[in-house]
Amino acid sequence: MEQQFDLTVIWAGIIGFGLMMYVLMDGFDLGQGILFPFAPDEKARDTMMNSIAPVWDGNETWLVLGGAGLLAAFPLVYSIFLPALYIGVFLLLSGLIFRGVAFEFRFKAKTSKYLWSWSFSVGSIVAAFAQGAVVGAYIQGFETEGFVYSGGALDWLTPFTVITGLGLVAGYSLLGSTWLIMKTEGALQDWAYKITPRLLAGLLTVFTIVCIYTPFIDANVKTRWFDNISVIWILPALTLYCSYIVLRSVKKRQDGMPFVASMGIFLFSYLGLLVSKWPYIVPPNFTIYDAASAYNSQLFLLLGFLFVIPIILTYTTWTYWVFRGKVKQGGYH
Amino acid sequence: MELDPLILSRIQFAFIVCFHAIFPVFTIGLASTIAGFETLHFKTGNPIWQKLSKFWIQVFAVVFGIGVVSGIVMSFQFGTNWSNFSYATANFLGPVLSYEVITAFFLEAAFLGVLLFGRDKVPQGVHLFAAIMVASGTFISSFWILSANSLMQTPEGLELINGMYYVTSWSDALFTPSFGYRFLHMALASFLTAAFVVAGVSAWFVIQKRELEANKKALSVALWFLLVLAPTQVIVGDFHGLNTLEHQPTKVAAMEGNWEKSTGVPLLLFAIPDQEAQTNHFEVKIPKLASYVLTHDWDGEVPGLKDVPEEERPNVFIVFWSFRIMVGLGLLMVIFAIWGLVLRPKGRIYKSTTFLNGLRLMSISPFIAVLAGWVVTEAGRAPWLIYGQMTHAQGLTPSLTGGMALFTLIGYIVVYTLVFSSGIYYLLKVFRGGLEKANAPHEMDEIERPSRPFSAAHVAIDGDA
Repeated sequence: MEQQFDLTVIWAGIIGFGLMMYVLMDGFDLGQGILFPFAPDEKARDTMMNSIAPVWDGNETWLVLGGAGLLAAFPLVYSIFLPALYIGVFLLLSGLIFRGVAFEFRFKAKTSKYLWSWSFSVGSIVAAFAQGAVVGAYIQGFETEGFVYSGGALDWLTPFTVITGLGLVAGYSLLGSTWLIMKTEGALQDWAYKITPRLLAGLLTVFTIVCIYTPFIDANVKTRWFDNISVIWILPALTLYCSYIVLRSVKKRQDGMPFVASMGIFLFSYLGLLVSKWPYIVPPNFTIYDAASAYNSQLFLLLGFLFVIPIILTYTTWTYWVFRGKVKQGGYH
Repeated sequence: MELDPLILSRIQFAFIVCFHAIFPVFTIGLASTIAGFETLHFKTGNPIWQKLSKFWIQVFAVVFGIGVVSGIVMSFQFGTNWSNFSYATANFLGPVLSYEVITAFFLEAAFLGVLLFGRDKVPQGVHLFAAIMVASGTFISSFWILSANSLMQTPEGLELINGMYYVTSWSDALFTPSFGYRFLHMALASFLTAAFVVAGVSAWFVIQKRELEANKKALSVALWFLLVLAPTQVIVGDFHGLNTLEHQPTKVAAMEGNWEKSTGVPLLLFAIPDQEAQTNHFEVKIPKLASYVLTHDWDGEVPGLKDVPEEERPNVFIVFWSFRIMVGLGLLMVIFAIWGLVLRPKGRIYKSTTFLNGLRLMSISPFIAVLAGWVVTEAGRAPWLIYGQMTHAQGLTPSLTGGMALFTLIGYIVVYTLVFSSGIYYLLKVFRGGLEKANAPHEMDEIERPSRPFSAAHVAIDGDA
């Protein structure tokens, strides 16, 4: 049916958009947790936390919305990814819970503050690593029988996914450090300027490994990129260009551009990944059409999403607007 | 011993869902309580109601915050441990659970911030409106969840094609035959929970002679509510039971501990059901009462566990005793409600320390009753995941091994113990702070943040209360 085709693509767009929003937004605040132990001093840590306090939980909204939308629109993804990533999902959720609760209680703590700092940091690192490993597992593909995952508990954990996991940890800390460049001043900002090039180097190393490795394990990817050199090569080119901008703007000590360019790196690598795999959503066997739910179910929920997404976007924009500008010690005032 | 992923997954789900359930059941009732206080303040202008509202909003904020976190774990359980079930029911459960998420986000974005932080920033009418919207929103949220659960109990409006259910009628699937009873039963349970907690905490403050005027008012209002709610819940529960008898007779047989289908069945006050021997030990019974309660006829026929093959029977001991805990606590609630009425003349409800201390203890009773009730309905549905159509075993994730399930079960227990004991510890500190702290200038100098439930409470987690 022509109709079904349309909704599935729309849903792929919505989920893809939600995921991108999540990675960009939760990325920089997970990044604070990753950078936390390395921060110059306790005062810097307070400022780091204050800089994301107004927005961090709104950022996680996109994860929950994406997860729920996935079950409704692409149930096969939900029912293969979650069993395949069973242990990873547990780590991810535990990490997110720990850092979320630690975040709230660190504000309310006096003597136990250091405990909450550690929880916040460990939780953030675990969550970021698990997400990176999920990306790696997606690139690797899943062993299935019929419509069911048939692999083992730790198939997702390979040298490759460890690399992608570490890559995302580096990537999120890059978003985090460039966010700090944008939102802070003085010693903390100097520190962020200093570490940004190293984090970028870490991310680009992983980026290169993924780019070289992926065509070897997935023939479709190889065909898409190498058989007819096409317009999609603009995506990695733009990723590299954004990396260059990050370096240049750090050197010039511009404070907004490094963050914008870092988001650009994420955006173009993400699009590059989607272009490589499209239309496979559960590689190597299932496309978005195989994974889609019934037409009337997709339609039923679409109405709700069309209602709520503009509200969330408005609310999010408003929040970021209210808390624009540099964060002062002791918070935004 | 061979580790059984099925049993472990059921234990894990029960653990997570029980832990989760106590938070929303409280927030739903509490949101309405707060809306009530705000309405009274709006109408009478009496600042006492505002004082009370300010305190209970802080409690609400913390409980809501914990509930949201534990809810996130819940939503992934379906996929990790019950992937066959998730896949088969996704056409229905996907949109329904998503609508719950949408409702919650909409609430949080649009009204929760105004309720928690907007008191001095918006006109009083707008603040009241936000309170009412948050209260209604919690009901819309529970509508989706209970609709999903009711479908698993009394499936309707679906068609199974190639291992996947398709929705043939959304109205039939959303409003299955058990939905109305379940919704009413849970709504009353939420109100009872809030009323008992408000009564218990106010009683404690009254004993300590803290903010007497306000806390006496809260106690009085809570007791009036209990007088209506507790007996109503008994009646609604009875109707819910009749509905279960019609659609899930085996569950009722397990609740009653009745093995043989027969007439004039006695009500068992005590028994040790023996699944293997298919009988009960040490029965203490009231003749014919079960028949009367279930059929409203002393000689009515009650289904027996032996009506279905052995493998289609739930664990009788668990269902039987959970049911007795729920009903027993329900009757105790009625007794306290009536006791409150008896003591009311001359204000003895504020003086009798026995009664006040009793109320303190009773504030945890609704939580136990609610969990016991859910165990009855969930364990009583076993071995079915979707009643009569899909068993737990069929719904389980095929690739799941016992070791994996054990790993995460232990993991979740550790994480929950660490994280939520801090949450509950903090909640108790908010209680200890009382109305005084909730109405005083903030002790913690926090930065300005929008709409974060936890930031509505300004009590330190460590140090002196």
